[in-house]
Amino acid sequence: MEGVLNQLPIGLSIGAVLLLIALGLTFTFGQMGVINMAHGEFIMAGAYTTYLLQGVGFLVALPAAFVVAGLMGLVLEWVLIRRFYGRPLDTLLLTWGVSLILQQLARDLFGAPNVQVLSPEWLRGGIGILPYNRLFIMALAVLSVVAIWAYQHRTAQGRRMRAVMQNRRLAATSGINTGRVDRLTFFIGSGLAGVAGVALTLIGPVGPALGTYYIVDAFLVVVAGGLGRLRGAVLAALGLGLLNSYAEFWTNASLAKVMVFVVIIGFLQLRPQGLFVLRTRALT
Amino acid sequence: MLSVEGLEAGYGRARVLFGISVTVEAGRLVCVMGRNGVGKTTLLNTIMGVLPATGGSVTFDGKDVTRLRPDERVRLGMGYVPQGHETFPQLSVMGNLMVTLEASAHRDQGAVEEALEVFPRLKPLLKRPAGFLSGGQQQQLAMARALVTRPKLLILDEPTEGIQPSIIMEIEEAIERLHATGLAMLLVEQYLDLALRLADGFVILDAGRVAHSGAAEELHGEHVHRLLAV
Repeated sequence: MEGVLNQLPIGLSIGAVLLLIALGLTFTFGQMGVINMAHGEFIMAGAYTTYLLQGVGFLVALPAAFVVAGLMGLVLEWVLIRRFYGRPLDTLLLTWGVSLILQQLARDLFGAPNVQVLSPEWLRGGIGILPYNRLFIMALAVLSVVAIWAYQHRTAQGRRMRAVMQNRRLAATSGINTGRVDRLTFFIGSGLAGVAGVALTLIGPVGPALGTYYIVDAFLVVVAGGLGRLRGAVLAALGLGLLNSYAEFWTNASLAKVMVFVVIIGFLQLRPQGLFVLRTRALT
Repeated sequence: MLSVEGLEAGYGRARVLFGISVTVEAGRLVCVMGRNGVGKTTLLNTIMGVLPATGGSVTFDGKDVTRLRPDERVRLGMGYVPQGHETFPQLSVMGNLMVTLEASAHRDQGAVEEALEVFPRLKPLLKRPAGFLSGGQQQQLAMARALVTRPKLLILDEPTEGIQPSIIMEIEEAIERLHATGLAMLLVEQYLDLALRLADGFVILDAGRVAHSGAAEELHGEHVHRLLAV
């Protein structure tokens, strides 16, 4: 019984990490329709940023990772992706190539073997079955969701972003500089991946392939949650995180993966539109 | 105010506009007419920069804007209400107005009040998501949104298309009142009688070319009806 309970914080924190990654994807994939295969490498960039800043302090690593990963996303959008809007397959191949380049770059810079980031003192230990580091990850995810919601619904910038996502051409002919909004959207979405990378250093080693472990699951979260929907992403991420960790607990890692995929395929057969859908008159 | 010279545009290899010239003097209302598929919407989209011009030029307020982005043209004073009463469906009515105001050149809150004075029907709906409004209300919102930028020229693409008759009246009145304030307008309109009531001048397109243009008084006679007959 205790083993079952112990699995709970593990599942929830994996869900929280997935949520952070998926939050970024709801921006770039869910709202802009760009399948960015290099999103996982922004996670890795965030994790390595934490590794480099180990002496400086963990709380400095959070904003630093956000900015580093965010800038990488911004540059990627500005240099490559914006030339390929409306061509999803080309974008997919393009960003996959970028993903491979970035992984190799990490290998050249930091070496192929994994590196370990020491958790800060104040995140060691825990209350009962709840380790502090896992609690911290959950809190980070909750905070990010709240911050993103507030940004989109309570600021002028966020409103502009929503307008562009809802009707790009109309936004342009309403006076909104859509190119600038796209860059900002990519900055924030990618920055969130960097934050996820920081969180991952608390629960495992950091390696060049770090992002690839999570990126597929994160895409599943976005699709299962309903494209671009915050609420859906939250539920889907927690569900997938728990499912993953319990399936692993009762079987083994590979069988767990198979079970997760089967569940997702089954779910999407029943609800291809995801958990939540938008319904308005104008969206026909 | 607006001077379009020999404008050419198209979609990929399919050319739609073959050298169109249109002029809108300050304070004048010019109506673009023609059958379906002659390039009316394409012309407006090219004037606004939604479609790139492959030839010719667009001059607005003495400035060559042919190569500017749509949002830059809006900030210079070109207001555009595209076809099909488009809104940002998940933003509230107020959000629709505010997002446009915040992107405008002047950012004066008073412009929202002014736009709502023109379309008072929107006032009780400000908190409603725009996607839940009726087609007529959405069209009024679309026009109010363009007004919020305080345009010097308002470009309207079939503002009465697919709208219930009671609201067509209101929209027509609003256009008349705006015209009376001295706002220049370029209007695409299918209904000949509506165009005759509102326009100072007209341009009739046929197959991507200007077939006929002139003052409103000339908008009678056989050849005009032939060009517009479906």
